[in-house]
Amino acid sequence: MNAVTKKLEDIQHYLQTQLGDQLTAIKYEFNELSLEVPVEHWLEVAQFLHQDASLACQQLIDLCGVDYLSFGDAEWDVTTASRSGFSRAFHPIEADPLFEFAQPTQPPALNSQRYAVVVHLLSIEHNFRLRMRTWATNNDFPVVPSLVQIWAVANWYEREAFDMFGILFARHPDLRRILTDYGFVGHPFRKDFPLIGQVEMRYDSELKRVVYQPVSLEPRVLVPRVIRQP
Amino acid sequence: MPEIRNFTLNFGPAHPAAHGVLRLVLEMDGEVIVRADPHIGLLHRGTEKLAETKPYNQSIGYMDRLDYVSMMSNEHGYVLALEKLLGITPPERALYIRTMFDEITRILNHLLWIGTHALDIGAMSMFIYAFREREDLMDAYEAVSGARLHASYYRPGGVYRDLPDSMPQHEVSRFCSEQEAKRLNENRQGSLLDFLEDFTQRFPAYVAEYESLLTDNRIWKQRLVNVGVVSPERALQLGLTGPMLRGSGVAWDIRKKQAYAAYDKVEFDIPVGTNGDSYDRYLVRMEEMLQSNRIIKQCIDWLRKNPGAVLVDDKNTPPTRLAMKQDMEALIHHFKLMTEGYCLPVGEAYAAVEHPKGEFGCYILSDGANKPYRLKIRAPGFPHLAAMDEMVKGHMLADVVTIIGTQDIVFGEVDR
Repeated sequence: MNAVTKKLEDIQHYLQTQLGDQLTAIKYEFNELSLEVPVEHWLEVAQFLHQDASLACQQLIDLCGVDYLSFGDAEWDVTTASRSGFSRAFHPIEADPLFEFAQPTQPPALNSQRYAVVVHLLSIEHNFRLRMRTWATNNDFPVVPSLVQIWAVANWYEREAFDMFGILFARHPDLRRILTDYGFVGHPFRKDFPLIGQVEMRYDSELKRVVYQPVSLEPRVLVPRVIRQP
Repeated sequence: MPEIRNFTLNFGPAHPAAHGVLRLVLEMDGEVIVRADPHIGLLHRGTEKLAETKPYNQSIGYMDRLDYVSMMSNEHGYVLALEKLLGITPPERALYIRTMFDEITRILNHLLWIGTHALDIGAMSMFIYAFREREDLMDAYEAVSGARLHASYYRPGGVYRDLPDSMPQHEVSRFCSEQEAKRLNENRQGSLLDFLEDFTQRFPAYVAEYESLLTDNRIWKQRLVNVGVVSPERALQLGLTGPMLRGSGVAWDIRKKQAYAAYDKVEFDIPVGTNGDSYDRYLVRMEEMLQSNRIIKQCIDWLRKNPGAVLVDDKNTPPTRLAMKQDMEALIHHFKLMTEGYCLPVGEAYAAVEHPKGEFGCYILSDGANKPYRLKIRAPGFPHLAAMDEMVKGHMLADVVTIIGTQDIVFGEVDR
């Protein structure tokens, strides 16, 4: 374990000297190294990690989108007492002048940017893993440069991130939806997309075809989301 | 003279050789494939989004349903990521149990692969042989977890319970005569470890049997040799892992290079191919089954000698039933754990295991809640299927079936 820690510390130091001005941060947590890359340096940094002989991150293991809209939000306030029962998790209580309960905790000011792209790299030659993350600057029209030119495998991963989060990848050769249905509307993994979905499908025997209609399920929360300090 | 044009052929999604719900749109020049466009997502269940709405432990069951032929390996990837964030290490006995069941899972997966792959190519009997052996291993799953497929056996901090001392028996019924039941129960008289040891002794002969049917079979070689060749450089570019990468000659195995569980304490070899074609990948997987058998044997020996706890005792695991009945703290702990779960520290972690199909990893982003903020499942089949276009280009239509087989695609994990 110590050898691994030592190796990652060396890499951290090396990256700091080589890429220092192109990175926002280099973090070493849970025995993993993560780079925060501004979107304008995304391609350069990726190119460097791939080409540099002492890093040689030849494999892109994973690429995924993240929506930080409700990061740090909990459904239950766990710091004060409450007179209401379990139902406060799924029926938001209107503010009571006498008792102020169930105030959603404020999300920590992590970043005002909403969409991030997280990439996991693996260097087979030097046997280490690396994570890098970038944030799309515009929340309404999130664009991140595509990594397909550097790692061919990014093709489908970026299609997936586009499909699920609506993140656009500039210069991607074939940015189509991949997992959702033909003609699907919306981006299902966004935090403001309901878990139950928006439409449901059934066969209409009168029309003799499949029809879409607004979803008839009711959203429910079986276990509320709570945040407790360890 | 009429103009000659390429035509587009639809393959699947309900084709028996599509291994589930793969829809391929093939652009053909005569019988030669110019372009393949896999359409996936027909089995998309949104596992990652579902996991965001559930306490961590309740998602273990979803992991089984990803790659539904290698259930416990999926769970392993998930619980490793949780353990990384929680900062706990399971007891050593749990590590050996996990190693043993990961290898049982590998054999289960490879048996299903060889059965269906050979069936697609025309060797019918392989399917029946492979399923005969799978039956024994699924009985081992059943003995330990109560379920033959979706085990939900691993927990962050160890495994759900210790190995059982007895095996379930076949009962006499109108489908099973007394004589037949006696024959079936013969190797089920002892503990689970006795049953598995008996299996490990029989298994190399079975693999030899499969090899005698396939390895030098002229038709088998005609269909596999030089089909779907991937060079090592392309394999890295395309993100191939596991047997797909080793078949191309890259000696990379997470079990050896970034050892987890008890893999640094058992002996095994990594088979590597040379040509990167389907035949090499076949040979790699056959050898992997024998190596898995070897690991299982070593785990059985260790587990016999070293009894002990299989789950860490802390706030993230339930108390014993006895403690709950005598101790109020334990009762409260149990209630809180079962109704609310546990919170993870703010942070992110990625943990990967050498799944039978390649690298299976889970990326967990936690904001300090009792549910993941984002869970990304890195399934090996996804990049493998993405490489389909490049692998089938220039091959005949019939070779598509070989390449689907050699990629060992399961849609539960590709679509998630």
